[in-house]
Amino acid sequence: MLRDILKILENDARISPKQIATMTNTPEAEVTEEIRQAEKDRTIVKYKTIVNWDKLENERVSALIEVKVSPQRDVGFDAIAERIYRFPQARTVYLVSGTYDLLIIVTGKSMHEVADFVALKLAPIEGVQSTVTHFLLKRYKEDGEILAEKEEGTRQAIVL
Amino acid sequence: MAISPKIRRRGTYISQRANQLSPSGIRKFFDLLASMEGVISLGVGEPDFATPWGIREAAIHSLEKGKTMYTSNSGIPELRQELSRHLREGYQVNYDHAGELLITVGVSEALDLAMRAIIDPGDEVIMPDPCYVAYESCVILAGGVPVKVPTYERSAFELGAAEVEARITGRTKAILLGYPANPTGAIMSREKLLGIAEVAKRHGLLVISDEIYAKLVYGAEFTCFASLPDMKENTILLGGFSKAYAMTGWRVGYAAAPREIIAAMTKIHQYTIMCAPTMSQVAALEALKSGDNDTAEMVEDYNRRRLLIVKGLCNIGLSCFEPRGAFYAFPSVKITGMTSEEFAEKLLTEEKVAVVPGSAFGECGQGHVRCCYATSLADIEEALSRIRRFVGRYRRD
Repeated sequence: MLRDILKILENDARISPKQIATMTNTPEAEVTEEIRQAEKDRTIVKYKTIVNWDKLENERVSALIEVKVSPQRDVGFDAIAERIYRFPQARTVYLVSGTYDLLIIVTGKSMHEVADFVALKLAPIEGVQSTVTHFLLKRYKEDGEILAEKEEGTRQAIVL
Repeated sequence: MAISPKIRRRGTYISQRANQLSPSGIRKFFDLLASMEGVISLGVGEPDFATPWGIREAAIHSLEKGKTMYTSNSGIPELRQELSRHLREGYQVNYDHAGELLITVGVSEALDLAMRAIIDPGDEVIMPDPCYVAYESCVILAGGVPVKVPTYERSAFELGAAEVEARITGRTKAILLGYPANPTGAIMSREKLLGIAEVAKRHGLLVISDEIYAKLVYGAEFTCFASLPDMKENTILLGGFSKAYAMTGWRVGYAAAPREIIAAMTKIHQYTIMCAPTMSQVAALEALKSGDNDTAEMVEDYNRRRLLIVKGLCNIGLSCFEPRGAFYAFPSVKITGMTSEEFAEKLLTEEKVAVVPGSAFGECGQGHVRCCYATSLADIEEALSRIRRFVGRYRRD
């Protein structure tokens, strides 16, 4: 039930509880309550919009940064991760397996601003061994949505 | 050119058989539609999804590899093997990939082949009314006589065994079923199917079961007719990829039947078609191997829209029984006092919403319209609000 509501909202957050109630064959009050509960326990974290910022010129620059970290006694990677994710510039922070430990996506107004963040804030953190910065050149797909113009074909208006 | 006396006498080159086919009752409607803009169409009979990319990609790869030649008449062996597995695991029916399966150009071709393989001139084929538009024509083209059994909203458009039995004559050859149904969205319960099977057995009739919508079923159990006790031997099972995997344009389907029937169908197929398009067969193979998740996602999505449109239509006052399969709602327009054609034409010209008059699918479709909900949520909602306005102007109760 909650799963059905979440799947609908994940695809389009603007669908009303009334519509969801119809689409899931559930009383509206129940849907509203489920959503309220999910918002409260942060199953639903936030409602956002996928924006293609490339449509606006020179709006922002993003970089993927690989960070190697020395884990610390008792807290592992979590303490350093927290030091990093508290910076608003770090839009996304993941702990990953493989040749490095943290993958960070940083967004800024210019390459200069991102480079400054890495050099002045990120790299000097105690426990950070090294960083590799990949500036993002082009976004093709964002969170399941293809950003290019829609390509799908057209249908006949009447098909028996 | 000298005109033969025969043609002069009849005044046309067109065969009597072709002339016998009723012209599409909604020709005028098509023309009207072509001249309009801003129309929301609930008049389609196909998914609004493009074919899942994995399937498209497999076909592209096959083209790059130069797989552009004819295949075996009955279809690529790997596809038939995979299909055999799919039918066994999905529907508990066993068909040998060598000899009991034939890959066709959509269910349309399979249906035509089945009719041509079994019908002698004058043989009768029993079918529900309303039903898919091609059923009647395929029987006529094969020289047979279609016999319609009325079905009604009050009995959920299910085909009754007693009604079928009452129409059996010495010329009856087969019963043609198409459930989940176009245009009604009706399904047949296992019990009802067992009743039909009983009648078929008692009278030694074949059953042709068009199961193209088998995977599009909502909150109900789908029963493959051939899986009923002892029915495989007198069933021709027709299926395809168009609806479940959003592959309408690929034109690929299949027939599964006892050896003797598949051999006859293959003979006709070989002379008229050669083989289904190679790239489409490759795509179909990929669909069977990896398409189930995509289908499940699509079915979940259709189900939401189904609930939305059925509730919307009922709220407007157009009574609509709950369709449990395919992607059609089939509401009654009786409260407007209009015929199906009037309703559809006025709705199109006044509110720019296209639906298909139920009468296009047989006499019992009169008084209903077919609304396809395989269209975006936003369009369904806008269409519903236009229909509400329209019905508000014309309702007579």
